[in-house]
Parts: sequence; C-alpha cells; structure tokens
Amino acid sequence: MSAALLHQLVNGLAALMLLVSFSLLAQHRMLAVLQWFAAQGVLLAATAALVAYGTGDSNLYISAVLALALKGLLLPWLLWRIVRELHVHREVEPLMNMALTMLIAIGLTLFAYYVIEPIERAAELLTRDSMAIALACVLLGMLMMITRRKAVTQVVGFLAIENALFFAAIGATNGMPMVVELGIAFDVLVAALIFGLFFFQIRSTFDTLEVEALHKPLVEEEEER
Amino acid sequence: MMPALGHLALQLLQAVLLVMIAPVAAGFVRKLKARLQNRQGAPVLQPWRDLLKLFGKEVVLAEHASWLFRTAPYVVFTATVMAATVVPALWLATPLSLTADVIALVALLALARFFMALAGMDIGTAFGGMGASREMTFSALAEPAMLVSVLVLSLHAHSTNLTAMIDYTLHVQLALHPSLAFALAAMLMIALAENGRIPIDNPATHLELTMLHEAMILEYSGRHLALMEWAAQIKLVLFATLIVDLFLPWGIATAFDATSLAVAFGVWLAKLAVLFVLLSLVETGMAKMRIFEVPEYLNAAFMLAFLGLMTYYMLEVGV
Repeated sequence: MSAALLHQLVNGLAALMLLVSFSLLAQHRMLAVLQWFAAQGVLLAATAALVAYGTGDSNLYISAVLALALKGLLLPWLLWRIVRELHVHREVEPLMNMALTMLIAIGLTLFAYYVIEPIERAAELLTRDSMAIALACVLLGMLMMITRRKAVTQVVGFLAIENALFFAAIGATNGMPMVVELGIAFDVLVAALIFGLFFFQIRSTFDTLEVEALHKPLVEEEEER
Repeated sequence: MMPALGHLALQLLQAVLLVMIAPVAAGFVRKLKARLQNRQGAPVLQPWRDLLKLFGKEVVLAEHASWLFRTAPYVVFTATVMAATVVPALWLATPLSLTADVIALVALLALARFFMALAGMDIGTAFGGMGASREMTFSALAEPAMLVSVLVLSLHAHSTNLTAMIDYTLHVQLALHPSLAFALAAMLMIALAENGRIPIDNPATHLELTMLHEAMILEYSGRHLALMEWAAQIKLVLFATLIVDLFLPWGIATAFDATSLAVAFGVWLAKLAVLFVLLSLVETGMAKMRIFEVPEYLNAAFMLAFLGLMTYYMLEVGV
C-alpha cells in the first residue's frame, strides 16, 4: 500500500469518526445511541490497526484488538443490558432542542480546528491531519455530557470522550506505551462497571435516572436554612 | 463565427433534449415503482400523454384568481428550463454553463419556488396557503444545505462555475476525499427533499393532509397544470444531471465532435437510469416521514454538507 493511499485512508477514518461523533449527539433513541457508540469503538480499532500497519508498530495491533473487544463490543453490550434492566431504553431527553445542540456542535468543531491548525502545520506524522478532529470529538463528547438528562447518556458521552482521547493519542504520537494503554483499557472497563453500579443505586434511591434528581434534596436543605 | 453558432445550437439541442426527456424519466420512475410493488403500471410514455391532454384542455380559473395566478406557471416553467440549460448534460463547455454558475442555478430554482408559493397563496384556499407555508419553511432549510454541499466542490475546484468544477473532477487524480462523500450524501438527501420524493412528500398523491407540492398546485387546470407538472419533472432530471455532473462526470464530452457527443448522450442516459432505479428503490422501501420530522431530516443534510466543508479544511487542504 502506498503512503499516499494510507494517508487518505487514515483521513477517511478520521472523517468517519467526526461523522459518528455528530450522529451520536443527534440520536433520539437509547439503542441508536449505543449502536453509534459501538460504531465509534470499531472505527477506533480500525484506525489503530491502520496506523499499526503504516508505522510497523506491532504494539498498536494489540491496542486495536483491545479497542475492538472493549469499546466496540463489550461496553455497548454492557450498557445495553443495564438500559434494558432499568427500562430506560425509550427516548433520550436532551436539555435543549436538537437543532441548537447541533449548531453548538458546529461551533465547537470550528473552535477545535482554529486551535489545532497552527500545531498541525508543524507536525510530520501520518496522522497529523486528524488531530483537529480528535479534539472536536472530545468537545462533542463533553457537549453530550452536559446536554443530556439521563445518567446513561451522560456516561456514553464520557466514554465517547475517552474514545476521542484514544484517537488523539494515536493521531498525535502514534499510540501510547503499551503499559499505559493496557492500564487505560482496564480503567475504562472498571469505570463502566462502577457506573453500572451507580445507575442501580441512583435508581433505587431516587426512582429515576434523571441527574437533576441528585441535587434536589440538597436544594431543599439549603432552602430550609 | 461558425463554431460559436454550432455551440449555441448544441446548447439548444441539449436543453430541448433535457426538457423532452423529463416526462419520460418521470414515467420511467413510476413504471419501476409499479413493478417493484408487483403492479403492471402505466406505460413509460404516460406522463407525455397526460401533458398533451392537459395542454388541450380548457383552463378553469377560480373567481378570485389574479394575474399572478395566471402568470406563475409560465414563470415557474421558464425559470426551471433556464436552470436546466445551465447544467451541462452532454458537452462540458456549453455557452450558458460558462456564463452562469451554481449560485445562479440555485437562485433560478428559488425563483420558480417563490412564484409557486405565491400562486398557492393567491387563490386563497386553505390547501394552497398551507402548502406554500410548508414549502417555504422547508426550502429555508434545504437551500443552505444545497449551497453548502455544492460549495464543498467549489472549494476543491476554486470556482463556482459548473464547467470549471466538472473539469476539475475530470482531471484530478483519483483519491479518497471524505469531504466529497459527505457532500454527495447531503446532495442526495436534498435532491429527494427538493423534488418532493417519498421520505418528504408523496409524488403520487393528490389529496392528503401532509402533501407539499401538490397542495400548492391543487387549483391549477389545463395548460397551467401541464406547465407546473412538466416543470416538476424537469427539476427531477435537472437534479439527477447535476448530481452525476458534480460527482461522476466521467463520460461527458469534452471535445466538440459527433462521436464523443453520442457517447456522452448514452453515458448520460445510463447514469440517469441508475440514479432513477436507486430513487425508486428508496421510494418503495421507505415510508413517508411525519411532517414535523422533515426539518430534522434537512438539518441532518445540512450537517452532512457542513461536515464536508469542515473535513475539507481539516484533512484535505494540505494534501
């Protein structure tokens, strides 16, 4: 495979990554959110494998396999089980309407491009062009976390940020050292398990998964004072 | 002097061809849809017969119809035909497509739409006003999306001129351009919406609460109706030609001689046929969406077009 073609393929995957991040933000249904999240994981694995092929770095193959297994399959499946168990699989309730969210998302993407552009010009790597997209995806994940009511979608937003950071790591440095990557992979897994426990706790205490319910008792106490 | 005359003649021929083929194309799509639904379907030439019959019929005007209602069909038809002449179908460098650019094309289509909406409101019936208001709401969302998706290509070619853009696509080295893929996806979505095809509007219906296009022309009859329907059919072929021009121009004649023009004609027909088969598959496989979901659909198209623009700057500027 020629270097130019490889570069184009990496860019294509980066563009798909941006598309998936936008779609993740635009979904109305829980199942669709998890499916797009899984797609993001698979894309991540594909990017890692491609960069591994391009740079000849065999460690990256391992992280590709890890990404595919954890982020593409295990985490979405785990979240889907929790969602079904808690019966919250119907609508995702955004805090503001979708069109406004998408406009903000566009703004964030422009901002990411504006910030990264001077850095990109200095870089020499195969993946230099995808750094702006990685930052945009991080910001889109954050936007997802702050514009959703339900805890599950917020966690998906969090995991999307993690995906984007992983993508940025591949893009900026051709991957982190193996130890760090393994550590992060298991951290994420453990985090997802703990989030799952939290969901059940929040549900049994407040009888809802809406995050606003969490600070209601506090507000009342303050009013009493 | 002679070559210039020849060019003009070719331009005229191309326009006439496009206008004449439009009803056949509409009939072709109808026939395909009927076959996909296990029906026999009307013959492919049926829209032509309908048009001819309508042209022979008396025009029934409502009591309160003003001059606007009577002139609108002519304005709509002329603007659509003008737009159709701008798009190169057979030969790359037709005189009109050298002078007009994409923005003029979008403006001509907007002019046709504006007069159609005015006519819908002029007559004062509930359906006309409703159709006009819906059409304007949706076009306010669809037009920016269409412009942005075309501008992605203009950025590549450094020109908004259709001939220059096609020329660029013909000569550029083949490569993977995510921005063009996004622009194409957006363009296909917009084309469905702009022509009132199925996920947005049902072209086969004449009385339905959610109709758009038909609601505006409900009061027309005789030759006025014929012109309106013909304009809609031309618009469909125009969009199909625009899509193949911008994204798959290979086969279009660059030289001014008989063989390459004949080849271009065949290739053009084949490409249109493929697009129309895809269209009938989409129309058969999908249900019409709720009218309140349409803005979201158009937003999605706009997002795709915008992603095309962003990925161009992010990924492809330096390449």
